[in-house]
Amino acid sequence: MTGSSVSFVRFTPCRGACRGTSSWRGSALTAGTIILQSVILSSCSGVQSALDPAGPEASDVATLFHVMLIGGVVIWLGVVGALFHAGRRAREPYSERTAGLVILWCGAIIPVIVLAALLSYAVWLMPNMRPWSSGGEGGLRQIEVSGEQFWWRVRYLDPEGNVLFETANEVVMPVGERVLFVLKSPDVIHSFWIPSLGGKMDMIPGRTNRLALEASKPGTYRGVCAEFCGPSHALMAFSVEALERGEFEAWLSGRQNAASNPGSQGLALFLRHGCNACHAIDGTDARGTIGPNLSAFGARGTVGAGTLPNTEEHIARFIRHPSEIKPQARMPSFGMIPEGDAEEIAAYLKGLK
Amino acid sequence: MKHLLPPEIESLWTLFTAPVVWAAHFVVCYAAVAIYCEKAAVWDVDFGNVRTALGIFTLLALAMIVLSAYLAWRQWGFGAGDPPHDGATDQDRKRFQGFATLLLSGLSFVAVVYVAIPLIFIAGCQQ
Repeated sequence: MTGSSVSFVRFTPCRGACRGTSSWRGSALTAGTIILQSVILSSCSGVQSALDPAGPEASDVATLFHVMLIGGVVIWLGVVGALFHAGRRAREPYSERTAGLVILWCGAIIPVIVLAALLSYAVWLMPNMRPWSSGGEGGLRQIEVSGEQFWWRVRYLDPEGNVLFETANEVVMPVGERVLFVLKSPDVIHSFWIPSLGGKMDMIPGRTNRLALEASKPGTYRGVCAEFCGPSHALMAFSVEALERGEFEAWLSGRQNAASNPGSQGLALFLRHGCNACHAIDGTDARGTIGPNLSAFGARGTVGAGTLPNTEEHIARFIRHPSEIKPQARMPSFGMIPEGDAEEIAAYLKGLK
Repeated sequence: MKHLLPPEIESLWTLFTAPVVWAAHFVVCYAAVAIYCEKAAVWDVDFGNVRTALGIFTLLALAMIVLSAYLAWRQWGFGAGDPPHDGATDQDRKRFQGFATLLLSGLSFVAVVYVAIPLIFIAGCQQ
C-alpha cells in the first residue's frame, strides 16, 4: 500500500462546560472524519493490493470484497439502528404478537434470505476467480514456480514442458495472455499469491497445483508467500513484471542469452569461493542447483527475494552475512571471505544483465 | 391420530430426523463430488449427471425434513398453545419436544438448501 498520509485533525479543547450533546456530537464527527480520511487517503493502490486489481481474477476478488463490505455495512447499520431503537427514551413494550413477528422476520427470515443471496453471489463468482484448468490449458504458456525456504525458483517452460531457462524471485509475463503457473514445493507448504492478479494457491510438497492468471495492464507487481513457512516467511517475496507482448518476447529471447562475462575477476572469485556449489550462472561453470540461479542477477530489483534493494553493497553484505538479513536462510555465512572479494563478486553479479 | 412409528418413540425419532438428514446430505454431497473429481479422468460420466443426481437427492432430503417438520407441528398441537411449555405435565413435555423438533427442522431445511447452492453455480472440477 502506498500513498498513506497521516491526517491531523485539530481537536477543540473543552473548557469548563462540556456537558450537552454538542461536544459529544463534535467528537463523533471528528472521529468519523478521521476514519473517513484514513480510508480515503491511505489509498488502496500499490504493487501488492488486492483492491487495486490488474487482472480479471483480482478484479473479481475486489468486486466480491466490495459487495461483501457493502452487505456487511448495511447489516451493521440495521443492527445498530435496532440498538438505538431499543434504547430510545420514550419506549413502550411491544405486544407479544409484534415481538414474535420481529423475532421471526429480523431473527430468522431476513438473515436467511440475506445470507443466501451473499452465498449465491460468492459461489456464482467462484468459477471466474479460479478458471477451471481442465480443458483449454494445453495451449497456455507455462511458468513453473517452486516455493523454497525462503525464495522462489522460477522456470520458464516451452509448450512441451521442457525448461527453457531458470531464474529466481522474478516473474515476467505478457499482458493480455493467460499464463499457467505450475506450483510446487520441495520442503514445506508455501502459498503463491500475487494480490494484484488474483487469489492465492498453496504449493504443497509432493503435489503440483496449477493456477492460471492474466495481467490486463502492464506494470510491476509484488508476489508474496501467503502460508507461514519458517522464520523468514515474511522475507519471501518476488517481483512480477507484466510486459506488452512484443517487449515480453524480446525479454524472453534476451534472457535466454544473458551475459555471463566469462573472463571477469568476479566470476573467478565466485568459483574460487565455491559459490557454484549451490548457485548457477548460465554460460559459466557455475551449475549448482541448491540455491537461486543467478543468471542476469543485475536485472533483478532486489536481493534476498524481495528483502533489500539490489545494490552492490547489499549483495556483498548478503554474501558475507545472509542470516543477518534473512534469519535461518539456508545459505551459510561467508564472513570468512575478504571484504574486497565479496565486493568484487557483488560487482560481477550486479553487472549480469 | 395415525402414527408412522409407535407413539412412544415417534417423538424422539422425529427430533433428530432433520439434523441427521442434514448431516447425511452434507456428507453425500461432499464425498460424491470429491470422489467424482478424483476419478473424472477414469469414469465416463458427465459432471452434469452428478449435479442432477445430487439435486434429486437434495429434493428427497428436503421432503424428508418437511415430513419431520409436519410430524413435529402435529406433536406441537399445530400451534394450539404458546411456548415455553414449561409445565410439569405430559402435555407440556410433548408440546415442548414438538416445538424444539419444528425449529430444528427449519434450521436443517435452510442448511440443506445452503449446502446445495454450489450445485447450481459450480459446473466443473477444479484441478
